[in-house]
Amino acid sequence: MLLGVVVWVLTLVICYFFIGHYWWFPPPISQHGQAYDAQFNITLWVTGVIFFCAQIALGYAIVKFRDRGGTARYTHGNNVLEVVWTSATAVLFIGLVLAGTRIWAAVHFEDAPPDALKIEVMAKQFAWAFRYPGPDGKFGRLDLKQVDDQGGNPFGIDSKDPAGKDDVTSASLKVPAGKPVELILRSRDVIHNFFVRELRLKQDIVPGMEIPFHFQADQVGTYEVPCSELCGLGHHQMRTTMEVMTTADFDKWLQEQAAQK
Amino acid sequence: MSSPVVAAHGAPKGFIRRYIFSLDHKVIGIQYYFLAVFSVFLGMALSVLMRFHLVYPDAKVSLFEKLWPTGAPGGIMTPELYLSLMTMHGTIMVFFVLTTAPQSGFGNYFLPIQIGAEDMAFPVLNMLSFWTTFLALVVMVAAFFVPGGAPLSGWTAYPPLSAVGQLSGPGEGLGQTFWIISIAIFCGASLMGAINFIATTIDLRARGLSLMRMPLTCWSWLVTAILGLLGFAVLLAAGVLLLLDRLAGTSFFLPAGLLVNDQILNHKGGSPLLWQHLFWFFGHPEVYIAILPGMGVASQLLSTFSRKPIFGYRAMVYAILGIGFLGFFVWGHHMFMSGMNPYSAFAFSVLTMSIGVPSAIKTFNWIGTLWGGRIRFTTAMLFALGFVSLFVTGGISGIFLGQPALDLYFHDTYFVVGHFHMIMGVAAIFGMFAGTFYWFPKVTGRFMNETLGKIHFYLTFLGVYAIFTPMHYLGISGNPRRYADFTNFDFLGKLLPIHTFMTHAAFFTAAVQLIFVFNLFWSIKKGKPAPMNPWDATTLEWTVPSPPPHDNFAGKHPVVNHGPYEYSVPGAARDFIMQSDPA
Repeated sequence: MLLGVVVWVLTLVICYFFIGHYWWFPPPISQHGQAYDAQFNITLWVTGVIFFCAQIALGYAIVKFRDRGGTARYTHGNNVLEVVWTSATAVLFIGLVLAGTRIWAAVHFEDAPPDALKIEVMAKQFAWAFRYPGPDGKFGRLDLKQVDDQGGNPFGIDSKDPAGKDDVTSASLKVPAGKPVELILRSRDVIHNFFVRELRLKQDIVPGMEIPFHFQADQVGTYEVPCSELCGLGHHQMRTTMEVMTTADFDKWLQEQAAQK
Repeated sequence: MSSPVVAAHGAPKGFIRRYIFSLDHKVIGIQYYFLAVFSVFLGMALSVLMRFHLVYPDAKVSLFEKLWPTGAPGGIMTPELYLSLMTMHGTIMVFFVLTTAPQSGFGNYFLPIQIGAEDMAFPVLNMLSFWTTFLALVVMVAAFFVPGGAPLSGWTAYPPLSAVGQLSGPGEGLGQTFWIISIAIFCGASLMGAINFIATTIDLRARGLSLMRMPLTCWSWLVTAILGLLGFAVLLAAGVLLLLDRLAGTSFFLPAGLLVNDQILNHKGGSPLLWQHLFWFFGHPEVYIAILPGMGVASQLLSTFSRKPIFGYRAMVYAILGIGFLGFFVWGHHMFMSGMNPYSAFAFSVLTMSIGVPSAIKTFNWIGTLWGGRIRFTTAMLFALGFVSLFVTGGISGIFLGQPALDLYFHDTYFVVGHFHMIMGVAAIFGMFAGTFYWFPKVTGRFMNETLGKIHFYLTFLGVYAIFTPMHYLGISGNPRRYADFTNFDFLGKLLPIHTFMTHAAFFTAAVQLIFVFNLFWSIKKGKPAPMNPWDATTLEWTVPSPPPHDNFAGKHPVVNHGPYEYSVPGAARDFIMQSDPA
């Protein structure tokens, strides 16, 4: 009987912390982030009600049907109930997936808008690098043999390709606010993962693949980027930031960087 | 059905044939059980060290240096040692505890008795499968002691991290090779066991024991064996390919253009995603290998101690079969963020949500079984009830993770860690505790101490909730998993108080397990003597002496006349009818 009470108390404590938002998402900085939070909240309500009812019912059964000397009911079940709760959960669970499909589609089925700013991302044990095409709008060819992390060429931009002369590389990600951005994610050693909490976006970076990944950040600010796929002993320190700048600030930054070339 | 085939071995003579290289399924079951008990305490010790490091990353502990001279120079644990502990914790728990105890331990001992057989179908294969598992464990633990130490690539061993040798980190040399060899050996052992379980269930059932009269434990062991047969075969193949990539220079999982640790590698044409597909084709069914036997035990106990037939026996059987079948079509939900085709994520997510349906059916039926019952609160029953609560809590978070859209944030955060620890970790272990308290009298002829058992139950129940619930809040805050410390990120620093709380909860819960160990060994010698059928249960194991004789039924062939859950039948002399009672 004590167990019934313990289950009730645990249920209430767990729900209290979920309702109180004591440790929660950072505020979203994109439309996608808002849609994400809406989908999360629907799911939280549906699962929360199921969780609450199931645990409370379990606790109730424990208290109510403890052995008090009576006779247990002899029943092998109830087919109507089985059909009802089977179809109810099926509808709810599949419904949730379908409700979230638009969010997934917007991230992965739709291509980036044609005017999206293209930025290449290179992940390696245990650092990030980002490349912008420079004033000519073209990325230079890459050559693995020319990779030089100390010398400021983490991508291995081929010195023989004129298109690469003005390419800008940076150890942190800078993007303009309110403009679509398309990242091209690459890794040169093991699997890494690009994650920005405020964007509600995450994508593995797989060596041998070039994975396009687009988003639009609307809120100016600096946001931490933690590697989120186990990549070795320095995984926990593979950090960079994403700085969302006003368009003017961003253009100025990019010009300054290109001018230093 | 014809009468059971007589298993082809007589009573053993001599200590070695009797207790070491025994052909008796009961001895083998106990061997598996204690292998798992050893492993679970090893795995738990590793997790306690991990939790310690996460909260006190700079602490100097001379014991660490003695244990790992290179991993903890000066007594301070390095990140690579943390990752080794993590890899070994996961691997030992998943393979040598969750796969071993519920199925090979309890299943070996009780499947033959519950179906009225004298032994498993292939006793020699059974012995081989145990000793092969033992060898796998030895090789796995040995990985700690090779140069470079244990691997750091996690229990999932994703290439290229796991495939390019020492270049990608310490422990990725010999340690990772040992790891792969151990897993390959383990796969072989599991295949032998799976074949044996399937053949035994199909061929050796007693007269009258139709499939639809089998206890739900037997159903869950059967379906688990089928999952093992299909899953471990694929993991074995994947392991061999990974070993070839490491040792023979092949490129199954390694693409061109790799530059690891300033060294250009000459691989080309491989795909890191291929490993993930093969691994999770095994890895997701593995989750059900861990939990299905626990579901079987919970069903058995809830019915027995509620003195009521199981609610919806047929629905329960179909749910087990449904979970087993669908379990092979959902592996992609581990890979939503992997870079695989995003359209397939949609299919995998619909299938994943579908598998939630039979899981929900089971939960409803368990509560339905309790409803209108007359519940006896033995320690075994408390653990079964705890199993249901944990199963609900652990299962419900799967509804978030099964949606690719929501996985865009939750993938590889502590939300995932909380989810799978709740459901395949502690829920499955509660199933084992329940089974231990329930069947101990049959195995030893004695009860375990109920007072100690209840204290252990309540402290453990609160402890596991205290450890694993906060992981969900951490996940919502975006805390990545597999981080050796949280000092490099501003947002992680703010979450440290939660980690501190969880670490202390883990210390507490681990210490509480000593009560169980004491109870287990003390009760073997000093426990209160138990009668043949102490729980007034119905299945065949309760018709034989405790412990059962070598051939279980002393040369007789039991005949089954009833279903497995005939409790409180109106008009019956007692409140239960045993399966072998006259029709």
